[in-house]
Parts: sequence; C-alpha cells; structure tokens
Amino acid sequence: MSELGDIVQEFLVESHENLDQLDRDLVALEAQPGSRELLSSIFRTIHTIKGTSGFLAFNRLERVTHVGESLLSRLRDGAQEMTPATTDALLRMVDTVRGLLAEIEENGQELPGDDSEVVAAVNACITDGSGAPKAPAVLATPPAAPATPAAPIAPVVAAAPAAPAAPATPPAAPAVPIVEAVVEQPPPVEVIVVEPVIAVVEPPVPPPAPTPAPAATPPPAADVPKPAAPSAADAPKSAGPPPPAAKPPAPSGGPAPEAGDDAVSRRSVADQSIRVDVDLLDKLMNLVGELVLTRNQLVRAIGGVADPAMTRTGQRLNLITSELQESVMKTRMQAIDHLWSKLPRVVRDLSSTFGKQIKLAQEGKETELDRSLLEAVKDPLTHLVRNAVDHGIETPEDRVAAGKPAEGTLTLRAYHEGGHVIVEVRDDGAGIDPDKIARIAVEKGLVSRDQLAAMDRREILALVFRPGFSTAKAVTNVSGRGVGMDVVKTNIERIGGAVDVDSVVGHGTTWRLTIPLTLAIIQALTIECGRERYVIPQVAVHELVYLDGQSGRVVEHAMGAPVYRLRGKLLPLVYLDDTLGLARDGEHDTDVYVAVLQAEGKRFGLVVDRVLNTEEVVVKPLTSRFKDIGVYAGATLLGDGRVALILDVASLARRAHLAAGGERTDVDTTVRRGGGNADRLLIAGVGDRRVAIPLDMVTRLEEFPIDRIERTGSREVVQYRDQILPVLRLSHLLGAYETEPGSTVPVVVYTENGRSVALAVEKILDIVEEGLDDSRRDFGDDGLLGSAVIQQRVTELLDVRRAILAADPLFHTSMDPYEQHDPYHSGSEADLNTYQPAGA
Amino acid sequence: MASRQYATFEVADQLFGLDVAKVQEVLSFDQYTPVPLAPESVGGLFNLRGQVIAAVDLRVQLGLPPRTKSAEPAMNVIVKTEEESVSLLVDRIGEVVTLQDDTFEPPPDTLQGRARHLITGAFKLDGRLLLALDTTKAVNTNPPGSSNNREE
Repeated sequence: MSELGDIVQEFLVESHENLDQLDRDLVALEAQPGSRELLSSIFRTIHTIKGTSGFLAFNRLERVTHVGESLLSRLRDGAQEMTPATTDALLRMVDTVRGLLAEIEENGQELPGDDSEVVAAVNACITDGSGAPKAPAVLATPPAAPATPAAPIAPVVAAAPAAPAAPATPPAAPAVPIVEAVVEQPPPVEVIVVEPVIAVVEPPVPPPAPTPAPAATPPPAADVPKPAAPSAADAPKSAGPPPPAAKPPAPSGGPAPEAGDDAVSRRSVADQSIRVDVDLLDKLMNLVGELVLTRNQLVRAIGGVADPAMTRTGQRLNLITSELQESVMKTRMQAIDHLWSKLPRVVRDLSSTFGKQIKLAQEGKETELDRSLLEAVKDPLTHLVRNAVDHGIETPEDRVAAGKPAEGTLTLRAYHEGGHVIVEVRDDGAGIDPDKIARIAVEKGLVSRDQLAAMDRREILALVFRPGFSTAKAVTNVSGRGVGMDVVKTNIERIGGAVDVDSVVGHGTTWRLTIPLTLAIIQALTIECGRERYVIPQVAVHELVYLDGQSGRVVEHAMGAPVYRLRGKLLPLVYLDDTLGLARDGEHDTDVYVAVLQAEGKRFGLVVDRVLNTEEVVVKPLTSRFKDIGVYAGATLLGDGRVALILDVASLARRAHLAAGGERTDVDTTVRRGGGNADRLLIAGVGDRRVAIPLDMVTRLEEFPIDRIERTGSREVVQYRDQILPVLRLSHLLGAYETEPGSTVPVVVYTENGRSVALAVEKILDIVEEGLDDSRRDFGDDGLLGSAVIQQRVTELLDVRRAILAADPLFHTSMDPYEQHDPYHSGSEADLNTYQPAGA
Repeated sequence: MASRQYATFEVADQLFGLDVAKVQEVLSFDQYTPVPLAPESVGGLFNLRGQVIAAVDLRVQLGLPPRTKSAEPAMNVIVKTEEESVSLLVDRIGEVVTLQDDTFEPPPDTLQGRARHLITGAFKLDGRLLLALDTTKAVNTNPPGSSNNREE
C-alpha cells in the first residue's frame, strides 16, 4: 500500500461517495424501474469501481463488481426487467463492495475471502429468463445456497433474521450475508440481533423504506415465510457445519462494530475530506473579501485614535483576517500535480512519435494553485511541454553528437515566489538561437532590422510570443503552426500572469510561467485620473515615473504620437483620460505620473494624474452590462467603501492601438540616438553626501533588513536569491560619515554573467536624467570619478568599477565591459542588456 | 378581482410603478463611481453592503436628459434581475399600492419614444396615472438588438 497509498486512498474516498449515490439510485430505480438514466448512472459507478479495482489488483472487488456490472448492463439494455429481487441482489452486491472497501481501508489490502455467494445471487438474477421466479431465489438466498455450494453460510444468516424479524427485516437479510461472507464468527443468535441493526445502520436508509413498504411489502411477506421455512430446514444444516456458522457471527458482530469502526476509520479517509460546492467557496471568498475591506477601513480608523487597547484589538483583527483569508484561499487550492499527472503520458507518447528519449522530472508537484487558475494554466502548460518535446529536445543521435546523454530531460518545476506561483518547463535541448529568431522575425516582417538592432537577447527571444511566429521547419501535428506561443502568452496574461523564456544555445530552454495565487484578491496599484480612482493590477506595473517638468523629463512627440524616453528607450504613452474619454483640465504633460505597464508583450506608459498606493483589493466581477466596454477587468471596493474600476491593461493597450501588429517600439530610432548622452543616474545618499550611479548598470534596487547582512571573513554578505551576495558599504569606500543605521539597508544590485554584488547606500534619493558635460572631473578622490551639479546640488560620481571590485575582486574576471570605457559617457546601448526593471 | 402590488416612485413628476416582488429595497445614496465609456444611461456604480451595484439613470432610459449633479439626491430602487441587482435612479419614492387589474390599460398610442418600450401600461388612479414599468427593459442599458437604445 505504501507506494500505492495515495491512489488507494483516492479510490476509497471516491468509491465511498459513489456507493452512497448508488444506494440512492438503486432505491430510486425501484420507484421508476424503467429509468434508463438511473441505470446508466449506476452502471457507470460500478464500472468505475470495477475498473479501478482491477487496476489495483483487488480481485475480490473486481469479481463482485463484474457480476454486478453484467446484471446492470442487461437491465440497462432492457434485456431484463427490474424487480425487487434484482434490487436486492444489487444492494447486496453494493454492500459487499462496501464491506470489501472497508476491509481494504483497514488493512491496506484485500484479505482472502469468499464472495461466491453474492456473486451467485447476482448471477441468479442474470441467468433467470424472467424476473419473477428470481425473486424468491434472491430474497431467500437459500435457493442460491443450493445452487452454489460455497454459500452454505449465507442461508443461515439470511434465515436467521428472516425468521425472527419477520416481514420487516427481509430486506435487511440480504445485506447481512454479504458481510459474513467477508469475515465470520459468533453465534447465529447474535447475528439475528445484529443484522437488523446493521440494516438500520448501513444500507438502511434506502432499502428498508421503499423495498418493504410499498410494492415490495406483500411479495417479501410472501417470500419471507418461504425463506423462513427453508432456513428452519437449513438451520440444522448450517448447524451441521458449525465452523462456518461460527464464523459468520464475527462478521455480523463485525458489522455492528464495523458500523462504528467503519465510521472511525472512514473518517480517516472519506470524512476527512468533503466535497463542497464551488459556489459556496466562492461565497466564502467573497465574504472574506468583505472582511478584508472592513479590516482595512477599521485599521485606518484606528490609526487616528491612539487608543492602545483599540490598536491591539485592531492588530489582532488584522492578523485573524489575514489568516482567515489565507485559509479560505487554501480551500480552493489544488496541487499542480492534478495537471502534471497527465503529462508523463503526453511526453511518453510524443517522444515515441518523434523517436526521442525523454525523461520527465517533476519538482514541487505539491505546489498549490487556485482551482480556477489551474484550469486556465492547463492548456498553456500542455502546449509548452509538447513544444519542448517537439522542438526543444533533440533526437538521441543529435544529442550524442553534441556530447550530451542520449536521453533528454524535461523538468517541470513549480514553486512560490513573491506571492506568485512560478511554473517552469525546462529542457536540456538545443536551446533557442537568438540569431535564428531574429532572422525569422525579420523574414516574417514581425520586426525591422533597425528595431532588431536595438533589441537585447531577451527581447529577441520574446519574439517567439508574437502572433504568427513559428520556427518549426515543418508543421507537425503537435506544434509548429505558429499559433502556439502567442496563445500561451495570451492565456496566461488573461489570468493576470506572465510568461517569459530564457535559453542558452546548446544547453536548453526554460519557459517560465508566473501565475497569481488567486484571482479573487489581487495586489493592485490605485491611481487617480479625472478625480476618480482606478485600480491597475500590480502584475502589469513595471515602474512609475513622475514627470515634473523640471528635471527635463518630458513628453515628446513622434509624428504626434506621445512618447517618453525611459532610460534611452522610447516608451509609447497612453493618456488614461483620453482613452476613457474624460474631460481634462488643461495640460496633462507635466506633473503627471507615468505607470510603465506591460501587456501582451507591449510596454507602454499610462499617464495618470496621481499615484495613490498599492494594496490588496478584492476583485468583483462586472456584469455583462460593462463587458462590451472592454476597458475594465472588474470593480473593487476601496478602503473608504467607494467603488473603483479595475483597468484591463491589455484592453487599454489595444484601445490605444498599441497592440496592432506593427509594434511601436520603433517609433523613431533617430530620436533615441540623438538623446544618447542624457544619462540616467541613480542618486543615493551616503552619509551627508550625494552619490550618482549610472542607472544603466543597475540590475535591481533592494532593501535588506539589517540583520540579514552576515559576515564571512572581513566581508559582509547577504543571502539573496540562493546566492551569497557580497555587500559593500559605500560609506566605507568613500570614507563618508555613517549615520545611525536604520532597520533596513537599501542596496543597489549589479549582476553580470551570473555574479552579483550589492552596494549598500543609506538612502535612494532619486533617479534623474542628466547630461554630464559640464561636470568637473578630478580623478583624485578615492572611489569617485568626479562630481557634477545635479538638481542644484553637488553630486559625486561613483567609480562603479572600483566599487564593484572592492566588493568582489573577481567580479570581472570573465568579462570586463567597463575596462575600456567610461560608463558616464557611453551611449546607453551597451549597458542596457543588463538592466532589468525592478518590477520584472 | 385580481390585484397586484406596486412599488411606486416619481421621475420628472410622473408616477411609475414596479411589481413589488421585483424590488429588493429602496435607499438613498449620493456617491456614484462613474463608468467612463459606458452608455449614458449608466449612472455609476456604488457599494451596497459589499456588492457592486450598477445604477441606471431612469431619466435617460425614458428618453429624458440625464440626471444632473445639482438635482436633489437620487433615490435608488434596487431591483432584482436574474443576473444581478441593479439600481434604478428615481426622484422620489412613493408608497406601495395595491392596484386592481380593471384599472389597467395598455399604454396610450400617443406615448412615443424610448419610454414606450419600458412601459407596459397605465393604471388609472384618482387624479393621476401610474405607469407600470417592465423591470427587465427598465434596467437594460445595453439591449442585444440595441434598437431600444438607439431610438429617440
């Protein structure tokens, strides 16, 4: 059971549910004997159990369900009529199945035993040409007994209850024998007592009521005497074989406890998980959403009260709400294994189709996702896997020729990261050649050569997500129609996720899906436009830029199209007020914010009046009334209780005609080059000094709690993304005063060729765009290149190369792009490759 | 004699009535979140105990100029439809009245324009007429055929 444990458990839970349904169906069937629908349902249930039990090698179970199935198929096909007798036989069969399942649950396997008597009973119904004669046979069991030598025990029991309990119990009787068949022991007397009990406890609900009461009553009554008589006759017989007789009681004794026992042990499986209507979960989720909102309001209100008791209560509420929210979200979670479990087969079939040898590895299959998201991820994931098998991994010959093992590895990996679930599909195949991608993209007219020249490797790889792109040499029936990757991207973005690809030629490709944990509550940015607030899903927001009109950050126009130079690249701008058709009060080119958004592979800046805050919001779906507008993804309630609309970033982009195939990134490269000597500088405070760092060289800005900084030897380091990151305090390098340390340290992270260093500063002050032509250059000072007046203040220019080497002397060993040039006066192109926006 | 109960309200001094069974509640509210690009008849969204409710400007639905902000605060008649709860913005709320079927007449032929589609008929009360509204059409800001909306 060990390795099959999960499967068996699942089988048990499912079967128990099915059996309950079956009981109801069977009884209902008696009321409307002709119902094909019920028969089919019953047939399916038994068929399922049979199939699984065969698979799991539960032979007894399989045998019993097999005859049941045969009988049912006859009934279903109309080959014979439903009679109380057949019902009884079927119920008996069901009870036997239930007993066997209980046994399996208890022992983890089937115990040897004999079910031939039940089988015979059911068979009796089948072989019978007409239903009528059968009735006595089944009810009385004794007739069956003679038929099957193996059944002697049964008669005893059956007879026993029948006799004492009289007409009322007969239906119960059939139920009992089954159980004995399974086990057996005590005295028959007890059996009698127990049986009715069982009848009441177990299958009681269905059989007793309808079977004896309505139509059944008279016939059973008639039958009962018969059985009673034979039983009496049989009694001695059965007394004859006392060992068996002795055994049956046990079962019967068994069943009674079993009912209790059953309850206990079954709680371990069936009762531990219950099926809940998804609607109910949704409702719960909504209520929790309300609570989160109320919590936000209350906490805000408490903030203004300054009553310690109140504050404590508020904090407690805050905590409980968060926990509740988490728990409720968990109820909707399912392990991603639900999806993955189908993939080994896919990979196996495909790899044999293509003559490839592929091993499928899965990491983190217990990672959970909201079930609705799981559903949405299914197709994209399958497509990526197919694609990896088809295009990613090479044939064994090619692999061997490339010095790789003949068997390729396809790795599925799922893990949590920063409030998202990341699902990776990684192959160790040939990788994607950016040059090839670039060539094809140009051939297909997806990009121009000029555009291409301005793109870095990642951007080029991302071209595979463009509609109409396919690198497959031949269209196969698996993938390669050029409809795949863009659909993957669209589907993932539809649920607020993102997909990207990285690849190393010769070493393989990694597709990365970033999926939100849930759809119902999202992290969102609240902005203001036209005096109304709108909400943008945070996942689409890359960064925020403030245009104050003084720092030279302005909107330019390329043939009337508004653009903004973001670190040397032109960012098409979309005015939210224009897009929404809002009246605007005068200029909206200065003193506005640009939210840099990304959707469907297009990056654009959304110009809004103000940026308010980010918070978790509860998504309320909009009704069809507003669907046609298309710009809204939903609505939410803000902290003050007002409704705000959630913007659909992809639709906004489309509405502003950004997404039209042509691409806007080309908007005039000459402007871009012309603007080359305005550099983006990060201004940081170090002690009481201001230090400028070229932003093009910065990978990320981070903030570490001070206690995460550890020491190795004389160096300070911090653990960062599974790396040990050397930390250099600029104050030490520059000999600046160190002011009182706060609880966190802002750091500027550089990454190159997989090596990273962190420069710790005291404060990140600003990001400016500045031409440095009139700066003073006095290379004298340690660690500095010179100084310049930026924002009316003297600002020192950091010698980044020195700083990096001070932090990690080996940083540039593999490559030193800074050796030969002064980063302050380079065109920005050279360094852009290493830049990743902080929100990416 | 068959009779029915109607929740009554006034829009532009005309008395209207809705089947009381369709009315969830009545309340006053004055903060609506506008929905840019939505049909003119959408008066905005508001928060009703955690539900986002769309308010439909009945004036526009009836072919009248839209409600202005300076007007007295609108009353909301919250109507249950199959899909959602919707609010109808009206001027004043009246009583719930029981009306006899024999006082009912189909809409007069002189009734024209958009209003005609929303009104199922008129009840003749003492001294004034009560126009019965079709709930579904009254809250429909976006009819599938959209003929209702385009017509003037």
